Amino acid sequence: MTKVSLEVNGKKVVKEIPDHTTLSVFLREILNLTGTHVGCDTSQCGACVVHVDGKSIKSCTALAADLNGSKITTIEGLVSNGKMHPMQEAFKKTHGLQCGFCTPGMVMSAIDLLNNKKNPSDKEIRDWLEGNICRCTGYQNIIAAVKEAATKM
Amino acid sequence: MASLVGSRVERKEDKKLLTGRGKYTADVTFAHQTYAYFVRSPHARAQIKNVDISKAVKASGVVSVLTGKDIVNDKIGGLIAGWRIKSEDGSDMKVPPHPPLASESVNYVGDHVAVVIAESLDEARNAAELVKVDYKVLKAVVKTDEAMKSDNIYKDIPKNLCFDWLLGDRAKVKEAFDKADKIIKIDLINNRLIPNAMEPRAANADYNPSTEEITLYTTSQNPHLARIIISAFNGVAPENKLRVIAPDVGGGFGSKIYPYAEEVVCSWAAKKIERPVKWVADRTESFLSDCHGRDHVTHAELAVKNDGTFLGFKNETIANLGAYASVFGTVTPTYLFGPCATGVYKMPAAYSNVKAVYTNTAPVDAYRGAGRPEATYTIETLVEKAARELGMDPAEIRMKNFPTQFPFQQTLVHSVDSGDYVGGLKKAMEVADYKGFEKRKRDSASKGKLRGIGLCSYFEACGIAPSPVVMMLGCGIGLWESAEVRFNPTGNVTVFTGSHSHGQGHDTTFAQIAADQLGVPIENIEISHGDTDKGPFGYGTYGSRSLTVGGTAIVKACDKIVAKGKKVAAKMLEVSESDVEFKDGEFIVAKSNKKKTIGEIAFACYLPGTYGEVKSPLPEGEEPGLKETSFFDPVNFSFPAGSHICEVEVDPDTGKVELVKYTAVDDFGTIINPLVVEGQVHGGLAQGIGQALHENCHYDDSGQLVTASYMDYTMPRADNFPNFELGFTCTPATSNPLGTKGCGEAGAIAAPPTVMNAVMNAIGTEISMPATAEKVWKACQKMKKANSEAA
Amino acid sequence: MKTFNYHSTKDVKEATKLASSSSAFLAGGMTTIPSMKLGLASYKDIIDIKRIKKLSGIKVSAKSVTIGSTTKHVEVANSKEVKKALPSLSALAEGIGDPQVRNRGTIGGSIANNDPSADYPSACIALNATIHTNNRKISADKFFTGMFETSLKKGELIEAIEFQIPEKSCYQKYPNPASRYAIVGVYVAKHKSGVNVAVTGAKSCVYNEKNISNALSKNFSASSIDNVVVSSSGINSDIHASAEYRANMVKVFAKKAVEAC
Repeated sequence: MTKVSLEVNGKKVVKEIPDHTTLSVFLREILNLTGTHVGCDTSQCGACVVHVDGKSIKSCTALAADLNGSKITTIEGLVSNGKMHPMQEAFKKTHGLQCGFCTPGMVMSAIDLLNNKKNPSDKEIRDWLEGNICRCTGYQNIIAAVKEAATKM
Repeated sequence: MASLVGSRVERKEDKKLLTGRGKYTADVTFAHQTYAYFVRSPHARAQIKNVDISKAVKASGVVSVLTGKDIVNDKIGGLIAGWRIKSEDGSDMKVPPHPPLASESVNYVGDHVAVVIAESLDEARNAAELVKVDYKVLKAVVKTDEAMKSDNIYKDIPKNLCFDWLLGDRAKVKEAFDKADKIIKIDLINNRLIPNAMEPRAANADYNPSTEEITLYTTSQNPHLARIIISAFNGVAPENKLRVIAPDVGGGFGSKIYPYAEEVVCSWAAKKIERPVKWVADRTESFLSDCHGRDHVTHAELAVKNDGTFLGFKNETIANLGAYASVFGTVTPTYLFGPCATGVYKMPAAYSNVKAVYTNTAPVDAYRGAGRPEATYTIETLVEKAARELGMDPAEIRMKNFPTQFPFQQTLVHSVDSGDYVGGLKKAMEVADYKGFEKRKRDSASKGKLRGIGLCSYFEACGIAPSPVVMMLGCGIGLWESAEVRFNPTGNVTVFTGSHSHGQGHDTTFAQIAADQLGVPIENIEISHGDTDKGPFGYGTYGSRSLTVGGTAIVKACDKIVAKGKKVAAKMLEVSESDVEFKDGEFIVAKSNKKKTIGEIAFACYLPGTYGEVKSPLPEGEEPGLKETSFFDPVNFSFPAGSHICEVEVDPDTGKVELVKYTAVDDFGTIINPLVVEGQVHGGLAQGIGQALHENCHYDDSGQLVTASYMDYTMPRADNFPNFELGFTCTPATSNPLGTKGCGEAGAIAAPPTVMNAVMNAIGTEISMPATAEKVWKACQKMKKANSEAA
Repeated sequence: MKTFNYHSTKDVKEATKLASSSSAFLAGGMTTIPSMKLGLASYKDIIDIKRIKKLSGIKVSAKSVTIGSTTKHVEVANSKEVKKALPSLSALAEGIGDPQVRNRGTIGGSIANNDPSADYPSACIALNATIHTNNRKISADKFFTGMFETSLKKGELIEAIEFQIPEKSCYQKYPNPASRYAIVGVYVAKHKSGVNVAVTGAKSCVYNEKNISNALSKNFSASSIDNVVVSSSGINSDIHASAEYRANMVKVFAKKAVEAC
């Protein structure tokens, strides 16, 4: 067992956990933050993407113990004062989601893109989202959402 | 009040899904939860000699280990085939037993042998390694076209043949072929696909020993069907003691229509150990044990006259069912495939003959389009080849054979109520700038790239479907749909539907319909689905049926609400019922200022007594309350149709195919929400293009699944696609009052031949799906060699 | 995933002292963690080396670029110094995996794992790299010994990789459509001493394609590759690409690389 201390969505969290606990398990099973989804558990599908110290990572392939002291933001942490993040608003406006399962990871990844690049082209968005698989949307409206959010962020 | 039908209404369900508040089955955890891990067969075909659980039961945290013997002892029934198909000779299809846990033999890699239930998932998984299964490994039957020549997997099923089915008239076809100027022939493989909904399947069953009721949370497109099967066929619990809840479901595409072994086992085990049992598939399990799609080997022929007129069509197909006949496994390659294989054309004579075979692979069942993509791929590849061989423009040969009179009696089964195929293709050619292709081809050539253009015109039969018809064709259930519209006393509305949303947006489109019908603001309407304890029995979502069947049921229930409302309004306004009209949520009396809002009527219906000065508003004999139910059974299928055009650029050095332009013009009849419909088209296209260019399920000769992860199974990603250009035409369906036809499967049906025709146009030779870089490169090399030899 | 003891270490000595026959060093974990989940590997001790400061960072001199072993792909991809001194290397880093993998994955992890279709091993061979470990320096051509095998001894830790700056260089990859790893990746580097054509994805281990490099050493132009024969013997064949196709793609991508140099 290892003691970890993290800041998750702005709240300090201290927990004693088994050493092999991944961040996705930590968030879902221990903190009940089930918005982070597990689609493949081997870092290919991207449903589990969260931010660690502002950067997007796949939470199924990071040990919680290894992230001791980090700041984690999950999909649940994007809402502030009851208002959705501009990226969440943009996904809604452009119908950038259908079943919603890949959506949390997609949104977290897309925000990281705009943090790195203000006005990405269609190609840059499509390339960036290489690590996020969506089976429903054909991606077109996701690209539209990221472009829409780029005008608001 | 503006009509909401036809508006781009943003989805009501999005906020929860975007903020991480969605609730999927894997998110549900009960107090005293236990976790299940399945022991699965590592062999494609083997006899089970012994299952030794003695070490596993003693392992840390283990609560119970159950095997096929327990299934037999408890008389738990097997999984079922839902559609009975008869062979051409009149004999019944042959179906092997499919126990939820195997006790005698295993028949594909991933087949269920035992389940370990423990206090934690880690403990269950670790203990599963201690279950020792003694197998006698047998030679596996893997390939579709070799199954009939291989060892019999089941001793009572010769040649591994489930059925040999015929639709159509062989003699008439022969006559037509005898008259032909030319006969076009093709041999095709419709590549096997793995559905890969992003949410892996999951089940969590809770047993209440006090009420003796099981509550099963499951990733289902169809919770009512799950309940009736698990009750009536598996015999786990009576229907009134089994509640099935499909909460938010992360995509299905057909693979989650029916219950699998895991749901049956979790429900049964929960009752046995009197604790909740949770199972969540890992991705490897999804690859191995979700039902797969497609997998046909087809020989087809088209008889034509020199002017391009079609005379006849024959289709000889071997369809792989996998190891067992799954619920819709037998109808997919027959009634969903055969009739549509003549395409969108006048075809004087036709037959489809399908031999369905068992192999030692995962069961094959409905996957987006189910049968119709295979049909469309067959005919549209043939038509394109016919155009090439006759030296005709591919658009011209299609136009020539389109029906122009509706209703159109299609050759094999369907009476198509409405359509405008000529208009659709013309519009697609316009949007795609068909005329400008030659210039674009030259531009590509100047960059060293081969450019090709491909067309496809399709029609499909969906909105399944009329119960009398489908039951006559062998369906074990009716396929009507239910709706219950419940006005709450304060005037807001809950609509219960028997269909189910797992991404399609029912919460929004169904609310748009109800809002228009009732004149109630959309935000005051709640759509409820996915829980067998809420609302009436229904048949779930698949076959592009939700809107045409389920949506119509809502309209019918709303009609009943309005009818009752009129009676009540008449009493309250002291006029005769015939003087009351209903418009935009108000019951009005013409040429007067007398009116009541529907909210007032609803409130009055719930307070029918005399209270002080307020008199009972209910007419004599009318019951209180305002709630109506409708069970709608359509009179016909619905028939979406359209024309798609695609352009690709091929790099002859690598064989890489780049999709550069894709145009889809579809006729879905009335569109309720264009935003949602466009999304459905995009998604269908991505799956269809995936089949054409990327996806392929591959078993090796021993029956091991090689493509069992995202490292080896190519899932289309964002960078695989251009922006699709969409257009719509509209000829409303006449078989439902909304005029809708269904849009969920169109993209997956039309895209494979569209893309393949473009690839073949670019490289000048035939090639099979998926058109991977290596295959295309080899074809280019072959053409290069042939051309240089010819020169 | 089987349980293990996790150790976060502060210096190389502490890390190497903990190492045993049932331990693994953990950097980005991009392969180690999925491998443990899939039951392909299990360890008693996981020794996290990411907090060892000296293992991370980029140093550029006139002749070489030296990258600390726990430096992440994203850092190499975005480094202005690397982009200037050795743009082919930053481009390679930018093409590894996806953004999330690049945010976690490290160069040391990649070469220690020596996946036959990983990108970085080809850079090591093409750029005459020297692998600095806690107790010796290993030249790249001696480092990669076979499929998932290197000359690292148990408990030996990579500290940095030193790449020689060539006159010209370029890496071109044909990614596996499913995994996005290289089906074939070709790193061409023209040094004063000669040309290296490092190929990944094609064989069980990265290698220098001598037939092409000899041709390019004589005449550094794409056309000089036209008549080179790349034999398909010893080349990988799987469901994604046959040996024949891969062998041809080695040529095609070598040409693309030379053209883009």
